Amino acid sequence: MRESLAVIWAIGRKDLLLETRNKDIIVAVSAFALLVLMVFTFAIDINQVNAKLTGPGILWASIAFAGVTGLNRAFALELEGNTLEALMLAPISRDLIYVGKMFGNFLFLTASQIIVVPIFAVLFNLAVLRWEMLIISLLTTIGFSAIGTLFAAMSMRVRAREVMLPLLFLPVVTPLIMAAVESTSHVVNDGSWPEIAQWIQLALAFDIAFIVISAFIFQQILED
Amino acid sequence: MTKQDPLFALKVQDVVKSFAEVMVLRRIKFSLQPGEVAVVLGANGAGKSTLLRILAMLTQPDSGNIYIYGKDTTKNGPEARALTGSVLHSPMLYADMSVRENLTLFAELYRLKNINILIEKNAVKVGIQSKLDHRVRTLSHGFQKRAALARALMHEPQLLLLDEPESGLDSRSVSHLDNIVEEYRSSGRTILMTTHIIEHALEISDKAIVITDGHVHLESTTTCLNKSNILSAYSHALPKTSGDL
Repeated sequence: MRESLAVIWAIGRKDLLLETRNKDIIVAVSAFALLVLMVFTFAIDINQVNAKLTGPGILWASIAFAGVTGLNRAFALELEGNTLEALMLAPISRDLIYVGKMFGNFLFLTASQIIVVPIFAVLFNLAVLRWEMLIISLLTTIGFSAIGTLFAAMSMRVRAREVMLPLLFLPVVTPLIMAAVESTSHVVNDGSWPEIAQWIQLALAFDIAFIVISAFIFQQILED
Repeated sequence: MTKQDPLFALKVQDVVKSFAEVMVLRRIKFSLQPGEVAVVLGANGAGKSTLLRILAMLTQPDSGNIYIYGKDTTKNGPEARALTGSVLHSPMLYADMSVRENLTLFAELYRLKNINILIEKNAVKVGIQSKLDHRVRTLSHGFQKRAALARALMHEPQLLLLDEPESGLDSRSVSHLDNIVEEYRSSGRTILMTTHIIEHALEISDKAIVITDGHVHLESTTTCLNKSNILSAYSHALPKTSGDL
């Protein structure tokens, strides 16, 4: 277990090191998400009622769409130097490569949300910086990373991978986006914990199911 | 067969591989003893690189078995990979990380101890000690290839797989490579390499395996071979339209 965690950390830390040098992913994802938020602030009359009604949907749609850009880039980096194959040469179970890459993607998406969510709170004048929101963000980001890593790997050898990834990713994460939007909606409308918790449970179940399934499928993709 | 003879460093049994309609490897069969240095020779498209990718466990064969020191690569992948070091066509290094950072990452994935000492030792062995803190992107192809070789040697594998290792290397680097081959032979470890330079291959290896049209056309100790034997075996290859598979 300790050795597996060390391998996952080594792969995730490597992705983080490359990102601190290139600044490709976090900047692109944050900029894309902020642009979407800005467009909506101009398109919609952001009063207190509209903000609570549309804000959660706009927030999570912008993060999901922007996230695709980052997920694509995270795997493109491995393709450029054929380095995914170097990871495959190591005497480690291939599901650890999946979890390591997923961990890296989780870090990028989390870093982007640290930038995007406070700006969303200011633009929409909504009190989202609460601990319930932390749980929602965490579970949604884990789910996005789990599925995104799998589909990025699946589409990496496809000619039109930039097109393929959103086509695969967005329909599958729809239940997770729903759970995130509904729970965020309850948060901004001062909903009770049981109202929020039912959606958090859905997100948690989604994450567990997809991490297990994705780790299994990822191995098949690598060995194909 | 349930139990493999552990004396074989590498045993390849009836390996078949096709890509779409093209059958690249047709029941490939050969074995290597520990301490043996073998070269796989063949014309472009003969299937040498595909064979090495299968032995490195990057590609699955359609059928057949491979045993590395008795470990079945299908059933005991991680154990077999721990015994194997591979340098294939591409250096497979992170371009925006230094050579040291790359080697450290792979040492961690191989769960090695005393990583800094190992890095220094292998850097000297392949002649890249002055380039350890340079980013891979800034290095010439030759130095990148040497760094890839250092990565493959880090865990002191029992079986070293080299796909055209001398391509892009200058004569000094080739002599580093020859030293490594000699060190492997004398320490009872095994090397399987592909090459197009027949004279050099015959000079440094104990055994030659010539693949033509996906078959092992010739398998012999190099003492009984010369360049014309090899070229004559090449001529049995059927014409192919694709590049080196």
